[in-house]
Amino acid sequence: MEPQARILKVLQKVTGKEITPGADESLFVSGLLDSFALTDFVSGLEEEFGVSIPDSDLSARKFDTISKVESYLKAKA
Amino acid sequence: MAYLRAFGSWLPPRRVTNQEIAPLVDATPEWILEVSGIEERRYASDQDTVASIGLLAARDCLEKAGATAAELGMILVASGSSDRFCPGPASQIAAGLGLASTPALDIPVASAGSLIGLTLAAQLAPTAGRVLVIGAEIMSRRVALNPEGKNTAILFGDGAGAALVDAETGFARIADSCLFTDGTAADILFVRDGHFHMDGPAVIMHASRKMPRAINELLTRNGIAPGEVEAFLLHQANLNLITRVAAAVKAPRERFFTNIARYGNTSSASLLIAAAEWHSGQTAALAGPLVFSAFGAGLNWGALLALPR
Repeated sequence: MEPQARILKVLQKVTGKEITPGADESLFVSGLLDSFALTDFVSGLEEEFGVSIPDSDLSARKFDTISKVESYLKAKA
Repeated sequence: MAYLRAFGSWLPPRRVTNQEIAPLVDATPEWILEVSGIEERRYASDQDTVASIGLLAARDCLEKAGATAAELGMILVASGSSDRFCPGPASQIAAGLGLASTPALDIPVASAGSLIGLTLAAQLAPTAGRVLVIGAEIMSRRVALNPEGKNTAILFGDGAGAALVDAETGFARIADSCLFTDGTAADILFVRDGHFHMDGPAVIMHASRKMPRAINELLTRNGIAPGEVEAFLLHQANLNLITRVAAAVKAPRERFFTNIARYGNTSSASLLIAAAEWHSGQTAALAGPLVFSAFGAGLNWGALLALPR
C-alpha cells in the first residue's frame, strides 16, 4: 500500500469516517482533526509506520495535510 | 516518611457563567461547555489578592487538620498569577498566618505548581516536619475577556487550595512521585507582562501524551494496575483532557474526580481544590492507591502516588 493510502487508513480509523480528503487539504480547517484527534492520529501513524514521533514534533503544522504527513514520515524513515 | 494529612480550599463567591462570558468572547455557552466541560467559574473581587485567597485556603486546611500555623516547618506556595513576582505570595501568606521565621518559598509554575509543591513537601517533610502546600491563582486578571482572548478566557477561574504534608501522621502515605521538565516547548504556555499566553492545541497534545506517561511510569514501577487506583486527582485543565487521560491510562473514567464544571481551570490551585473536595466527600478510610497528576508551564508535569496507611 502506498504511504498516502496508509496515512488515509489511519485518518479514517481516528475520525471514524470514510473520508478521502485531498492530499493538500487542511485536516484542521476541514474539521477532520482537532488537538485531541491529532494525538490519536500521531499514535496511529507511529503504529502503522513503525516510527517514534517525539513530543517536540507535536505541532499541528507538521500534520495539517496528508502531503505534509507523508513528507514528515519520509524524513523520519 | 511523608503523609497527606488534610486539604483545604477557598473559592470566591462570585459565579461567572458561560452565559456571561460567551458574548464577551464571541462564543456561545454551548460551545464553551463542549470544548471544555466548564459551566461556570469563580472570579475574585478587586480586593482579593493571590496571597489573601491563598491565606484563606491555608487556614481552611489547618482547621481541617486540627493543626496550628506554629507547627509548620515550611510553606510552599504555587502560583502563576501572583500580583507581585518577587517576592511572591509565600512570604505574605506566612505573615498572614502569624509566622515570622518559618521558611516560605514560591513555586511560580502555572498549573503544575501544586504537584511540584506536594512532591517537594514529601521530600522535605522528614526534616521540616509539617509542610503546608498552597496553590492560589487569580487567573481572571491574566486573561483577556474579548474575542482575541477567547481560547483562554473561557477556561480560567480563580481560587485556592492547600494540603498539609506531615512527617508523622495522615490518611495516606506519599509513596512515590515523578516530575519532568521540557523547556523546549516553554513558549506554548507562559505568563509575560501580566498576560497569560497559551497555544491551546499544542498544550492539549503535549498534556494528553505526557500525563498518561507519567502516571503509567509511577504505577508500573510500584506494581499497581490502573484499575486498582481508588481515585485519580488531576489538574482540572479541561474535562475532555481528563477523559482523554483516563482512556490512555486505561482506568475507569469515574475514578477521575472532576469539579471543573463548577470552577473552571484554576491553574495550579485546581489540583488541591479538587483534592479538598474529593477528600471532604469521603465517608470511609482510603482503601486503595491515590494518584495525583498535573501538567503546566515549563513545561512541567508529573505524578504522585499515595497509599493507604
